[in-house]
Amino acid sequence: MENTGRKTLDLSRRPMPKQPAEVRVHNFAEVALGYTPELAMEEAVRCIQCKRPGCVDKCPVEINIPEFIKAIAEGDFQRGVQVLKSKNSLPSVCGRVCPQEEQCEGGCALLKKAGQIAIGRLERFLGDWEATQSERMMPEIAPSTGKRVAVVGGGPAGLTVAGDLVKQGHEVTIFEALHKIGGVLVYGIPEFRLPKNIVNREVEYLQNLGVKMVTDYVVGKTRTVDSFLEEYDAVFVGTGAGLPWFSEMPGNNLNGVYSANEYLTRFNLMKGYRFPLVPTPVKDHIRVAVIGGGNVAMDCARTALRMGAEVYIVYRRSREEMPARLEELENAEEEGVHFSYLTLPTRCIGDEYGWVKALECIRMELGEPDASGRRSPIPIQGSEFILPFDAVIHAIGNSPNPLIPQTTAGLEIGKRGNIVADPGTGKTSKERVWAGGDVVTGAATVILAMGAGRKAARSIHEYLMNPCEW
Amino acid sequence: MFTILENQMLVPNLHMLKVEAPDVARAAQPGQFAIFRPEEDGERIPLTIADWDIQEGSITVVYLNVGRSTARLASLNKGAELPTVVGPLGNPMEIDHFGTVLCVGGCYGIASIYPIARALKQAGNSVISVIEGRSSFLLYWQEKLKTVSDRIITMTRDGTQGKKGHIGSLPEIVRTIPMRVDRIILNGCNYMMMRGAQETLPLQIKTIVSLNTLMIDGTGMCGVCRVTVDSETRFACVDGPHFDGHKVNWVEVTQRRKAYLQEEIQPLRSTRPQ
Ligand SMILES: Cc1cc2nc3c(=O)[nH]c(=O)nc-3n(C[C@H](O)[C@H](O)[C@H](O)COP(=O)(O)OP(=O)(O)OC[C@H]3O[C@@H](n4cnc5c(N)ncnc54)[C@H](O)[C@@H]3O)c2cc1C
Ligand SMILES: Cc1cc2nc3c(=O)[nH]c(=O)nc-3n(C[C@H](O)[C@H](O)[C@H](O)COP(=O)(O)OP(=O)(O)OC[C@H]3O[C@@H](n4cnc5c(N)ncnc54)[C@H](O)[C@@H]3O)c2cc1C
Ligand code: SF4
Ligand code: SF4
Ligand code: FES
Repeated sequence: MENTGRKTLDLSRRPMPKQPAEVRVHNFAEVALGYTPELAMEEAVRCIQCKRPGCVDKCPVEINIPEFIKAIAEGDFQRGVQVLKSKNSLPSVCGRVCPQEEQCEGGCALLKKAGQIAIGRLERFLGDWEATQSERMMPEIAPSTGKRVAVVGGGPAGLTVAGDLVKQGHEVTIFEALHKIGGVLVYGIPEFRLPKNIVNREVEYLQNLGVKMVTDYVVGKTRTVDSFLEEYDAVFVGTGAGLPWFSEMPGNNLNGVYSANEYLTRFNLMKGYRFPLVPTPVKDHIRVAVIGGGNVAMDCARTALRMGAEVYIVYRRSREEMPARLEELENAEEEGVHFSYLTLPTRCIGDEYGWVKALECIRMELGEPDASGRRSPIPIQGSEFILPFDAVIHAIGNSPNPLIPQTTAGLEIGKRGNIVADPGTGKTSKERVWAGGDVVTGAATVILAMGAGRKAARSIHEYLMNPCEW
Repeated sequence: MFTILENQMLVPNLHMLKVEAPDVARAAQPGQFAIFRPEEDGERIPLTIADWDIQEGSITVVYLNVGRSTARLASLNKGAELPTVVGPLGNPMEIDHFGTVLCVGGCYGIASIYPIARALKQAGNSVISVIEGRSSFLLYWQEKLKTVSDRIITMTRDGTQGKKGHIGSLPEIVRTIPMRVDRIILNGCNYMMMRGAQETLPLQIKTIVSLNTLMIDGTGMCGVCRVTVDSETRFACVDGPHFDGHKVNWVEVTQRRKAYLQEEIQPLRSTRPQ
């Protein structure tokens, strides 16, 4: 496949082939179908190979973006994979879920000209291409060091630590509370955005590298971090931010009111979209309100839509302030999710059987920018109104689960329940314990969790090979 | 995978399951539960750990065959493997030297009060176990309970064994006890615990119940197990499952427990083999 000069003339960003909106709202299959090799090469040749690339600066793990794009343009996908993999072990995942408009693509020199390069889509293309190859490149594994590391939590942070350390010859075991490894990638993010076989593929790959995985193991309950320290040389805690928040208002414990975690877990981890073929029940709702404006809210809304409901996203600010990835916001709009902006829910109203039947809301207006730089919403007095709903999903955020902090002596905990760790090394206040990902930062992104994992792995390796003062 | 060492019906519809889960056994304490997944792609269901054996590396639960997942569990034989047994979850029952404690069990609660009674006895309490059922043929583990109780009182609705009565007769039972009762622990279905707590409120005896809510993860992640206790929302899996029965909002507990009743019945009606 070589690049024909003809195609370089059309400099516009190549669109992503997708399932049409009217089809995809009736299935749970992936929405974006991925670039073909031809489309990927057409997109790749648009990159002007900047000398000082703005894209790289804005990628949290500093992937050599121009280099992997050049490899695609030249049709050398294998080399592209190598460039990517030296910095990011989960390209098929990040290419799909990174908020590219704020990160790499937001720094692209072509942003205001012909349209930024579709870096995420190209990354995804290479990750997926590699999976279709019969021989997957196996990295070299260093001779055994005899050191043992326990990784608590099988999300992106834990998986990254495990992968990096096993390659350096350490014996690594992941302990995961749920029955599946993957963290939010398997219980939270829906199939139509991140097919679970992609996550499973990466998990199997790590197993092939020699990472041991123990599921159904709640650290802090089944065994404590302290007892791990007797048997392992180092412990990494990557337990995420899994504790759901509910906005404070009356009526939250009515039936039909969910946390996003519950709603998404029923569908993703427990495969509820196949009920009654699988035993975990899900409800057929008619009108669903989703409170919040992030990725989690979009995922809930689009899941409810696929179950046949009419769905409203209720968000207290306006479209501009929405923290969700732009692509997912656009997908939700295309699919027919309704948006009620500048709306703050104040009360869930129940029927005589304890089921939610309506949501009382108040209109908001935007005031001065707050600490986060976003204009803060202020309620307009007397503007209360009531909308009928038979389900309300809270997708307003999560914080770290207190289980490990409560059961581990000497671990410094921050104000928001997060574990305090050095941003450069992941070292905590407790000797031989590292932490990283959402449990340290609060709910953030996959790539940041992986970045934290990588840094911690480097620090753990250094420490294990050359133990020094903590 | 967790191997089943024993699975047998104790009395009609109530089954006892012993499963190999050495790490759970090592950490188990009275009043904690484990989450079971009886099949791949299966539902996660909480069951109270009724006994454990660290040497053998096993835990024992007693469960009522009420729906799809417990029916599936009941269909498995010795040697079969369960994809998930995770625990011990929840807080242990508060054990201290209280004085005289009444441990009241009905249905699967007869089994789940056993380790609680044992620990209370070891802590120096005078333990009176009260077990209740509709009829004598539904009572079990009496010999076992005797070994950890100072006294056993049985109660059946039809009078076929012990006192004729039901949970509503709790105040009468308390009156027959010569000492002051310092604490009552109720384990059984939500209705039994609610009714029992209502009866003990005027007696002003602290009453602890172990709530039976819906659960998924059992680690505080999903929030489906929300209950209101003393006007505050708590997660039964991590803040409980034991709460002061006089402070629980029982209407809410009952309503939330029924959220999936219709959906749970649907697969049972189907003629398709499961
Ligand atoms: C619905 C949803 C959509 C999202 N969409 C995006 C997106 O599009 N793009 C993006 O970049 N980010 C997204 N995020 C955020 C992203 O998923 C997280 O930032 C990332 O997964 C954090 O990784 P982690 O490894 O720190 O934790 P997690 O992925 O949360 O993994 C933690 C793991 O630890 C396990 N665990 C917890 N406690 C224990 C314990 N005591 N013992 C053993 N195991 C334990 C958990 O079960 C879990 O598997 C989304 C999050 C959600 C919830
Ligand atoms: C902390 C905790 C500890 C527990 N410990 C125990 C224990 O030790 N032993 C035990 O037996 N249970 C225990 N339970 C309850 C147990 O988890 C549930 O009984 C179990 O989840 C039921 O699963 P299922 O799929 O078999 O029933 P489901 O199908 O989920 O049934 C759900 C509910 O629907 C009702 N139902 C089902 N089918 C019908 C029908 N045909 N008609 C009318 N109603 C119906 C049942 O009463 C049941 O309450 C505990 C629960 C908690 C939260
Ligand atoms: S990892 Fe994320 S931010 Fe970095 S290049 Fe890939 S998609 Fe962009
Ligand atoms: S900034 Fe854009 S054009 Fe420049 S190297 Fe990066 S991707 Fe290519
Ligand atoms: S069962 Fe999920 S939070 Fe309690």
